[in-house]
Amino acid sequence: MGKRVGIEVSLAVSHAVMLADVDVIAAYPITPQTHIVEHLSELVADGLLDAEFIPVESEHSAMSTSVGASAAGARTFTATSSQGLALMVEIMYIASSLRLPIVMAVANRALSGPISIWNDHGDMMLSRDTGWIQTVAENGQEVFDLVLHAYRVAEDPRVMLPMIVNLDGFTLSHMIEPIEFLSQEEVNKYLRPYRAPIRMDPENPITMGPVGMPEVYTEAKKAQDEALKNSKKVIIEAWKEFGDLFGRYYSPVETYRMEDAETAILILGSLAETAMTAVDKMRDKGKKVGIIRPRLFRPFPADEIVEAVKNVKNLAVIDRAVALNGMGGPLSFEIRSVLYDANLHPYLKNYIAGLGGRDVTVDDFSDIVSDIESCAQKGVKPEYTIVNVRE
Amino acid sequence: MMESAAEAIRNYEKIKASKIPRVEPLTNGHRACQGCGEVLALRLVMKALGHNVIVVSATGCMEIISSPYPQTAWEVPWLHVAFENAAAVASGVEAAYKVMNRKGKINQPDVTFLAYGGDGGTADIGLQSLSGALERGHNFLYVCLDNEAYMNTGIQRSSSTPYGAMTTTSPPGKKSIGQMTWKKNVAAIAAAHEIPYVATASPAFHIDLMNKVRKGATVKGPAYIHIFSPCPTGWRCDPSVSVEVARLVVQTRIFPLYEVVDGKWRLTNKVKHPKPVIEYLKTQRRFRHLTEKEINKIQQRVDKEWEDLLKRCEY
Ligand SMILES: Cc1ncc(C[n+]2csc(CCOP(=O)(O)OP(=O)(O)O)c2C)c(N)n1
Ligand code: SF4
Ligand SMILES: [Mg+2]
Repeated sequence: MGKRVGIEVSLAVSHAVMLADVDVIAAYPITPQTHIVEHLSELVADGLLDAEFIPVESEHSAMSTSVGASAAGARTFTATSSQGLALMVEIMYIASSLRLPIVMAVANRALSGPISIWNDHGDMMLSRDTGWIQTVAENGQEVFDLVLHAYRVAEDPRVMLPMIVNLDGFTLSHMIEPIEFLSQEEVNKYLRPYRAPIRMDPENPITMGPVGMPEVYTEAKKAQDEALKNSKKVIIEAWKEFGDLFGRYYSPVETYRMEDAETAILILGSLAETAMTAVDKMRDKGKKVGIIRPRLFRPFPADEIVEAVKNVKNLAVIDRAVALNGMGGPLSFEIRSVLYDANLHPYLKNYIAGLGGRDVTVDDFSDIVSDIESCAQKGVKPEYTIVNVRE
Repeated sequence: MMESAAEAIRNYEKIKASKIPRVEPLTNGHRACQGCGEVLALRLVMKALGHNVIVVSATGCMEIISSPYPQTAWEVPWLHVAFENAAAVASGVEAAYKVMNRKGKINQPDVTFLAYGGDGGTADIGLQSLSGALERGHNFLYVCLDNEAYMNTGIQRSSSTPYGAMTTTSPPGKKSIGQMTWKKNVAAIAAAHEIPYVATASPAFHIDLMNKVRKGATVKGPAYIHIFSPCPTGWRCDPSVSVEVARLVVQTRIFPLYEVVDGKWRLTNKVKHPKPVIEYLKTQRRFRHLTEKEINKIQQRVDKEWEDLLKRCEY
């Protein structure tokens, strides 16, 4: 087991990519993703990573070039944020339909407008239906581990889908955290060299990306949907193996102090750490509060969420993005539909918080818990709310 | 120092009229219209390239007609991703081969990489990704199949549509003569990237076309070939005359054939006795509405562009 080093989380991403011995990196700079690709270009320039670093002229081309590289059989990496992701979306849909195991780190950032370089989950939500597997990290160690896990899962012949590792921009990407690196030998035990089952190869010509007439389009989409659903098994299996090898175990949904919780905070990403501090404080005062944090975002871990929620009375769903349709935040819709199917009816209120870098403090979480408990007690209709709006 | 393009192509494998390659990597059974000049051009490109090639296609007529799943007209690996990114996708394929060969993961050092797109996919929506790929110096050949409009979506104008032409979005009317702008010169734009090899070609001059493709594939680094590709469906002409149209466009000096090797421009067809542009324009009903005044204007423009080209070729 490697020793712990204090390092900026972005650089830990690059380090994991180096250990994965990727072949092609195609990327375009955007804050707060920049440190990841800058460091990768250094690693390539210094000969520490033997890869083609392609400084493309846009994110659209970053994704397109990644598709070309992956279709040729190369292990491929890219990274982006916000507007860059928005520019990629057209090709992200195609990458997943071509079943290419590209891995991408997304340093989550708010979408314009107004333009904001700061953190929220607008970009994650924009890409939620692109057919990519997505995990969401809470801390630096998890980011490092999830990047390696992503290659392991994406390239599994039973999966063959592209994969995103989400990490909060700045609040996680730019933090210096103690991270336990794995050695190359250790990584080699977990990640075998990539052998594409089919690829662009003149010795074995195939036609890739043909026209899908109405007679086949539905079947193609059904097959893709099945592949995404079935990937969950492999995702869990790959986490188990990671734990068995290195002692760090991961699951699709993390819970914190949920044993007897009556009120749960459901949240994605690194803000869960702040929520944990708040929960500890509230627990000290005797409040039965816990946290549910999906680590797997796509495919959506419905069963695990139902399991975590089944005994709570109040569920505060925290969205880090707003869906401009008059119904609240995107995560809340997904949780509601999961609960409906499971016939669970906690008092569910949606709190949209931390948009475009707005701070969410320990006290904010305490306020949210007080608010949901008093609303539930009064029996008022739970309307979504945007937290900390200056009137 | 990389060897110059001129050195690289000194001994390239030239195609002679008596020995045209019999291979058809783009094989028959595709669904192009009768007399399609674009598929003829692409077929010639593929005859010149053979089978050790990976093809990246932009969205457009040539993509649609050759790949209706579960059928394919391709005997070589072929990848279609989207409309505007063929050059970027090809960049990735090329880079992947480069690094995988270097790392010993494969041993296929001689594969050729071809990306192609229509004039829309090249001159308009794909210009940025093309420029990026040319500037970065990927070792690939890009072919623009120029039928002077967005044919796949029903004959809308592009920046490569010639002045005066009727398209469904440049209709002539009381206040318009049809296309109001002059054709964008993408070959010159490609040449401005100072890449090793740029050429123009026409399927009516098929040996010349195939040899330019051979040269483009032989040089190390990016090559760009702009191929004039008649579309009887979109140009409103008889399918039987498309090769004739592809010849007339050269003979009238409207579409000059040239090569730019290491930045040196050279006419590959001197057109000593040019025909008047009207000879060409009258073959297609997309120009039918043009008045004498407009035709004279086009003639003057063609004469001037020819002069400018000759000046470029002097250096
Ligand atoms: C992003 C995007 N915009 C628009 C289209 C619709 N579209 C498909 S092909 C095409 C025109 C193709 O024209 P061109 O590149 O000249 O090729 P041609 O069909 O004429 O051979 C258009 C507009 C698309 N597929 N993708
Ligand atoms: S519309 Fe024109 S370019 Fe397209 S297939 Fe028909 S003839 Fe060829
Ligand atoms: Mg066209």
